[in-house]
Amino acid sequence: MDQTTLKQLIVAVAESVIAHAEELTTLDQAIGDGDHGLNMKRGFEAVLAEVDKTSALPPSDALKAAGMALVMKVGGASGPLYGTLFMGLGKAWPATVDQAGLADAFTAAIDAVKARGKSEPGMKTMLDVLVPLAAELRNGADLAQLRATATAAADATVPMKAIRGRASFLGERSVGHMDPGARSSSLILHAIADVLEEQHVA
Amino acid sequence: MYTPSPNFSWGKVGMGARGASRAAGACPMNTNVGIVIVSHSPDVAKGAADMVRQMVGDDVPLAWCGGAPGGGLGTSVEAIMAAIDRAWSEAGVAILVDLGGAETNSEMAIEMLPDERRDRVVICNAPVVEGAVMAGTEASAGSSLEHVRRTAEELRAA
Repeated sequence: MDQTTLKQLIVAVAESVIAHAEELTTLDQAIGDGDHGLNMKRGFEAVLAEVDKTSALPPSDALKAAGMALVMKVGGASGPLYGTLFMGLGKAWPATVDQAGLADAFTAAIDAVKARGKSEPGMKTMLDVLVPLAAELRNGADLAQLRATATAAADATVPMKAIRGRASFLGERSVGHMDPGARSSSLILHAIADVLEEQHVA
Repeated sequence: MYTPSPNFSWGKVGMGARGASRAAGACPMNTNVGIVIVSHSPDVAKGAADMVRQMVGDDVPLAWCGGAPGGGLGTSVEAIMAAIDRAWSEAGVAILVDLGGAETNSEMAIEMLPDERRDRVVICNAPVVEGAVMAGTEASAGSSLEHVRRTAEELRAA
């Protein structure tokens, strides 16, 4: 991956999360403590502030640096969780960047997120978007299919009952709301797809 | 390996804890287990620390932190690492946390500690205020880290 693409990806992901901060906060106020949007905004502003330095690094190091910025700056559980995802991706980044290699790296990063959050899919968390995406990626899905999967997977958290995270305090009352972490994971996938599709057209 | 930057600003959040843990610096306190209190709210963290200090005096290394990086409710990995350092004891450090993010960020902070310290820091699965008081009392008696943790966690059954 060239450095221009890397920078575009980091900027697109950060700007998308920042632009949707209010929506994420509204989702989190329904079933969490209402800080997801604010926390993610603070974290991705820190990522954005360092983007020139970060995007000059090899992708594996850039991902680790972005992950570390999230860990240090977010201020809530989503910092270590998204930080672990990006640092895990950086750690497992394939020597040859193809779809199978990316699927392996993504799977390894998701395993690290599961361990960090002591969670599994089905508990109304970001994993309910990430895990289906990894499966689709491994099946050779294209960007359009990945977009559809992300959106559908985030929607599928609406009827779920939360088992992990603050929303689990609500039990049955968490049913009927989209999980904010699932939504932010879906947003990130769509932002990545925006950049890559534009490149294919260009 | 990450090290907190020397010019890291505590703002109004951490100074109380720093002052509190340094106030007793004249006497050797590093034989008792240290206590760290982590809350989303600096007011809660400081209040809990005040209660522990009143119970155990200066016999226990004690530090607190609260608030997100840059302010507002939340917790900061950097501030937690610094609090562990302030409350450091060769006998180890027991951390009390309030809600989910405080626990996750504390776990992250522990992982980022130097190798020789990482295995001597535990998070107590206990209510933050009561747990801190129980852990502090147990620590002031010179108990081991595991014993301090068990005492704090006995509150769960109550």
